[in-house]
Amino acid sequence: MSLNIIVLAKQVPDTRNVGKDAMKEDGTINRAALPAIFNPEDLNALEQALRLKDANPGSTVTLLTMGLPRASEIIREAMYRGADAGIVLTDRVLGGADTLATSYSLAQAVKKFGNYDIILGGRQAIDGDTAQVGPQIAEKLGIPQVTYAEEILDLSNGHVTVKRRLENGVETVKAPLPCVVTVNGSAAECRPRNAMRLQKYKYAASTSEKEKLSDELKSLLEKRPYLNIAEWSAAYVDADPQQIGLPGSPTKVKAIENVVFTAKESRCIDNDDAQIEDLVKELIANHTIG
Amino acid sequence: MANFYNDNPDLKHHLQHPLMQKIVELKERNFADAETYDYAPLNFEDAMDSYDKVLEVVGEICGGKIAENAEGVDHQGPRVENGRVIYADGTQENLELCRKAGLMGMAMPRRLGGLNFPITPYIMAADIVSRADTGFENLWGLQDCAETIYEFADEDQKQRFIPRVCKGETMSMDLTEPDAGSDLQSVMLKATEQPDGTWRLNGVKRFITNGDSDIHLVLARSEDGTKDGRGLSMFIYDKRDGGVTVRRIENKMGIKGSPTCELVYKNAKAELCGSRRMGLIKYVMALMNGARLGIAAQSVGVSERAYREALAYAKDRKQFGKAIIEFPAVYEMLAVMKAKLDASRALLYETSRFVDIYKIYEDIAKERSLTPDERKEMKAYTKLADACTPLVKGMGSEYCNQNAYDCIQIHGGSGFMKDYACERVYRDARITSIYEGTTQLQVVAAIRHVTTGTYLNMIRDYEAQEIKDSLKPLRDNLIALTEKYEKAVAAVMEVKDTTYTDFMARRMVEMAGNIIMAYLLILDANRNDAFTASAEVYNKIAQTEVAKHADFIANFTPAQVEMYKA
Repeated sequence: MSLNIIVLAKQVPDTRNVGKDAMKEDGTINRAALPAIFNPEDLNALEQALRLKDANPGSTVTLLTMGLPRASEIIREAMYRGADAGIVLTDRVLGGADTLATSYSLAQAVKKFGNYDIILGGRQAIDGDTAQVGPQIAEKLGIPQVTYAEEILDLSNGHVTVKRRLENGVETVKAPLPCVVTVNGSAAECRPRNAMRLQKYKYAASTSEKEKLSDELKSLLEKRPYLNIAEWSAAYVDADPQQIGLPGSPTKVKAIENVVFTAKESRCIDNDDAQIEDLVKELIANHTIG
Repeated sequence: MANFYNDNPDLKHHLQHPLMQKIVELKERNFADAETYDYAPLNFEDAMDSYDKVLEVVGEICGGKIAENAEGVDHQGPRVENGRVIYADGTQENLELCRKAGLMGMAMPRRLGGLNFPITPYIMAADIVSRADTGFENLWGLQDCAETIYEFADEDQKQRFIPRVCKGETMSMDLTEPDAGSDLQSVMLKATEQPDGTWRLNGVKRFITNGDSDIHLVLARSEDGTKDGRGLSMFIYDKRDGGVTVRRIENKMGIKGSPTCELVYKNAKAELCGSRRMGLIKYVMALMNGARLGIAAQSVGVSERAYREALAYAKDRKQFGKAIIEFPAVYEMLAVMKAKLDASRALLYETSRFVDIYKIYEDIAKERSLTPDERKEMKAYTKLADACTPLVKGMGSEYCNQNAYDCIQIHGGSGFMKDYACERVYRDARITSIYEGTTQLQVVAAIRHVTTGTYLNMIRDYEAQEIKDSLKPLRDNLIALTEKYEKAVAAVMEVKDTTYTDFMARRMVEMAGNIIMAYLLILDANRNDAFTASAEVYNKIAQTEVAKHADFIANFTPAQVEMYKA
């Protein structure tokens, strides 16, 4: 059975290596100081999508991302790893969107895309850490959702069976297709970029990037349709202007503070197994570790 | 996570050597593949960009998972169960990563599933892999064997085996036997022809790297009653056919992740590769040259690792109130390590470019006849490759051992403990100057290029190249050293005694190597200021080394050889 798979992905600032200049004085993110990367859990989702594709020959994996035009970078990155195509949903009027507006916009894009069997995405993005977009898209599309997925165990007869990673164990659930599955960071790592695909897709370009290419490469993109990355606007996906961007975002950021944790008290324990074990248990219980 | 390609600008410098234009254009035959293959380059810049991007993937995987796994692989190692090798967990993970990244069969043509990369970027990948995990470089690097199938097997065999290698099946070259190590003429493994044209192999092989591979190249005695190299042929054994079991694997000092196997052949079905009787005299020689270049790359990777470990520790470790790198005794060691690393790497890529050009011409010659100029050029580059391969394998592997030694020395007592990577680097380094021909055997292969003047001609060519004024004093120094070299060689040759030449061979070969590498660093510095320090430091090393050998030869009489006899 060949599948039409959509992977939702986001280009995010690399917040894992935050330095002193990561935030501007006004409390917003200083994007210039942080490299833009493929949101890590979206890579886990991509791997699950590619495994479905491997198991179901003839399937296609399309990456859908909303962001600045340069988000086409992560689409190429996905192509190097195995994705077939990509769409950048990009428009000035989409800027400043919170999760509600973002999920509305992406749901509109999914509707425009039409025929799909399953939508995969990372659990959450490392810049906002909300984990809301995937579930909200499912709600807006009126389809089931499975969150915290660690592995897709089976996809057959119109159903998907998923292993979920929960706080205190795992749970296996089955959902009818189409549905949204958000993938946890504990899932399998994404496969590396492939040398052959890298050479095949390195000239892939979005509509706006194509304009800046040499004539030789423009004609290459015409000869090879798979090198064209679609760029969709808000109007193209029939988005209601009141539900997108700033107007569509009830969330307002008042201020961002840099919170520095300081130790207020210290405790000494003896160097014996029992006491160390108690401490470890306590730290797990209050979520300091684990 | 580190990227072992991006964090090392020296690699890009070597990749962007001016000769690459010629290599790429020849290799890509005017970029004709672009019509047929969606991943073939459109032009020179496109090809270079692809090498760069693919090496970045190599660097990412190596700096990430492979480097991370190296310690675990070293501790766990492979094991044998029911006659089969089971790799360490980390090794399996590494292989899977390389397969998924499409880094197998890099140098094979596209029509057989490869990337059609020239040898130079492929060797650069080997250099990077070795820095991450030296033992793993063997398993990955044995894709070299596909080159032998490509060069000598028939079309049907190429079609059957090479695409499998490109998809990630591993290879081995089964040459050594208990009584045939350096002396491969003594190989006894028996090959018997069957009425259907296939062969059966019977006997034992020993010290076979990755001996439980999917596809083996086997050297065996096809001519009953013969005793020398002319009775040996090359065979392809496919593991799917069965008949070969692993009796044991060696418990080694280093490169522990790479299984070294004793193999038992019991009526193992095999097929002839190429012509009978040509096994040793033609195919193994070609195979060995490729493998030697691979070990040279492995050695440079080890040198790089050793240098970086030592540098990081010397910056970090404080004694007497300051970082130890601030002490002359320590920074001198580091500068010397870097100079040896840069010298051997410069010679590595010079050699790989020579190999590239002659091999591409050989390949073109299968499609059309070469013009007289092309033939002449092919011959010249073949000779240069022949001269440089044993030189870089011999001296590069010795340098990596010296660097691994100094790396431990800089770590002091901590380096002797198992806590730091340097102890593994030290153990891994040791084999490089032994396998694929010991340093002593590299000298045997190299000495005729001393006596016939190949090295001297190379030196004269380098001497004639245009360089910046600031580098001219270094060249003047080398001109003086070349004179010493010529004098020493003349003194040895004058005696007209082969034993005496053999006795002095290593000294003369090393003198040539010192001068050649010193020139290469001047040329690197001419193109890139980052190499100036190493050009200066290596010039000093060359000066003392050449003077030492020249002095030894000048003050030695042939009769004194007697004193050295056991």
